[in-house]
Amino acid sequence: MASTHIFSAYDDDLKFLSRRISEMGGLAEQMVSDAVRALVNGDTALAQKVISDDVILDHAEREIGDKAIVTIARRQPMAADLREIMGSIRIAADLERVGDLGKNTAKRVIAVQSAGVPRKLARGLEHLSELALVQLKEVLDVYTSRAADKAKSIRERDEEIDAMYTSLFREMLTYMMEDPRNITSCTHLLFCAKNIERIGDHATNIAETIYYMATGAQPEGERPKDDTANTVGAVTE
Amino acid sequence: MNMLTEAAVEKALDQKMNTVPYKMIGQDVSVYYGEKRALFDVKLNIRENTVTALIGPSGCGKSTFLRSLNRMNDTIDGCRVTGKITLDGDDIYDPDIDVVELRARVGMVFQKPNPFPKTIYENVAYGPRIHGLAKSKADMDQIVELSLQRAGLWNEVKDRVHEAGTGLSGGQQQRLCIARAVAVSPEVILMDEPCSALDPIATAKVEELIHELRENYTIVIVTHSMQQAARVSQRTAMFHLGNLVEENDTDKMFTNPDDPRTQDYIMGRFG
Repeated sequence: MASTHIFSAYDDDLKFLSRRISEMGGLAEQMVSDAVRALVNGDTALAQKVISDDVILDHAEREIGDKAIVTIARRQPMAADLREIMGSIRIAADLERVGDLGKNTAKRVIAVQSAGVPRKLARGLEHLSELALVQLKEVLDVYTSRAADKAKSIRERDEEIDAMYTSLFREMLTYMMEDPRNITSCTHLLFCAKNIERIGDHATNIAETIYYMATGAQPEGERPKDDTANTVGAVTE
Repeated sequence: MNMLTEAAVEKALDQKMNTVPYKMIGQDVSVYYGEKRALFDVKLNIRENTVTALIGPSGCGKSTFLRSLNRMNDTIDGCRVTGKITLDGDDIYDPDIDVVELRARVGMVFQKPNPFPKTIYENVAYGPRIHGLAKSKADMDQIVELSLQRAGLWNEVKDRVHEAGTGLSGGQQQRLCIARAVAVSPEVILMDEPCSALDPIATAKVEELIHELRENYTIVIVTHSMQQAARVSQRTAMFHLGNLVEENDTDKMFTNPDDPRTQDYIMGRFG
């Protein structure tokens, strides 16, 4: 934003929103990375920390929502300011969901740790989460810079995560077929993989919101998808 | 699916909006006050049965443009208008045109309610009388009642139409002025900040009235309140330093304007 408002308190309101969004983003990122680390290492203490951190994120989302409502009522924002505030509400909701998904992953650590996570699957999950975290990190950078073109390219990269998720899905099916004793832990891991894949989707949502905030136009076309896990194992003639 | 259809309906409405015929056409309108040029080649068309809001900072020329639409500028010494303005295709600056008749077709409501120091009835009846619109007393009674109804004032004043118009509240006085403008059956109503002297309730009533009047009249309103422009208009034109910066659908204007000057102005930022 090149220029400032004539009424400077308005700028403070908007700055508050963007600062809180950035803080939420940082915490959500940390939670996801901790949750996956806890899962791979069977670290229940770390998992517990992720679960308790989620409260902070929930609180921040509500705070952003309240501030946005008050700002709309008091400042009657127009054009880019209005899009900025509506965007903040949506991004806060996406980040709150990212935190929930991290928390859900952390909760599964206890169920999975007794059996341990097979090395190969652990590597797969780590790789998946790295992809999702890169998306999340970049989208948060774009939130700061408001570069609409970059937001667009992030949106187009969600495909990679989807493809990775589908291949993990196949792999876990194979494990379960090989030995039914794997079913419990693999089912949990499947949910974890799904959680991480969903985090990628939320990063994509945020990218779309930023694009709208910056340009006032909705990104064109369907977002690319390569999540074919819903048809894996289907009998094809 | 539902969203798709809604978007389609909206698009169709937009397209319909774009086919609304022009009631008034302004071509390269420039206005000079003596040596000082107040308006620079403004090209702005006014759509029929549409509320067009003119916005912009003080001194941007929006009131000057409004006043050139019914030749109110003629009353100012040293004021000169160039370019062309038409009403239904007729040049309103044609020397043969009857200015009194023009102002009956293009009525005006001012910033401060200015009822005549006469009764409510006489305020409304004045215009129709000088234009010879009523053939009998009964005719006139009907015009007065209908005009007061259209201005949303009838129910509040029907038992005291023979009392002084100046005894009404500010908001009622402004609606009386609107009734007075409506009484001569104008086609276009120009409003120069009609709510700036009114409280929020009276403002809401006048805005509701503007919304209703749109069915029968073409309305051009100058306002300093962006929120008011956003509430009442379908088209918005933004003026700056005597130039027309942008004219657009109001929905677009207040969510994603094309011109950075519009953006800065409506968001309350430094340019």
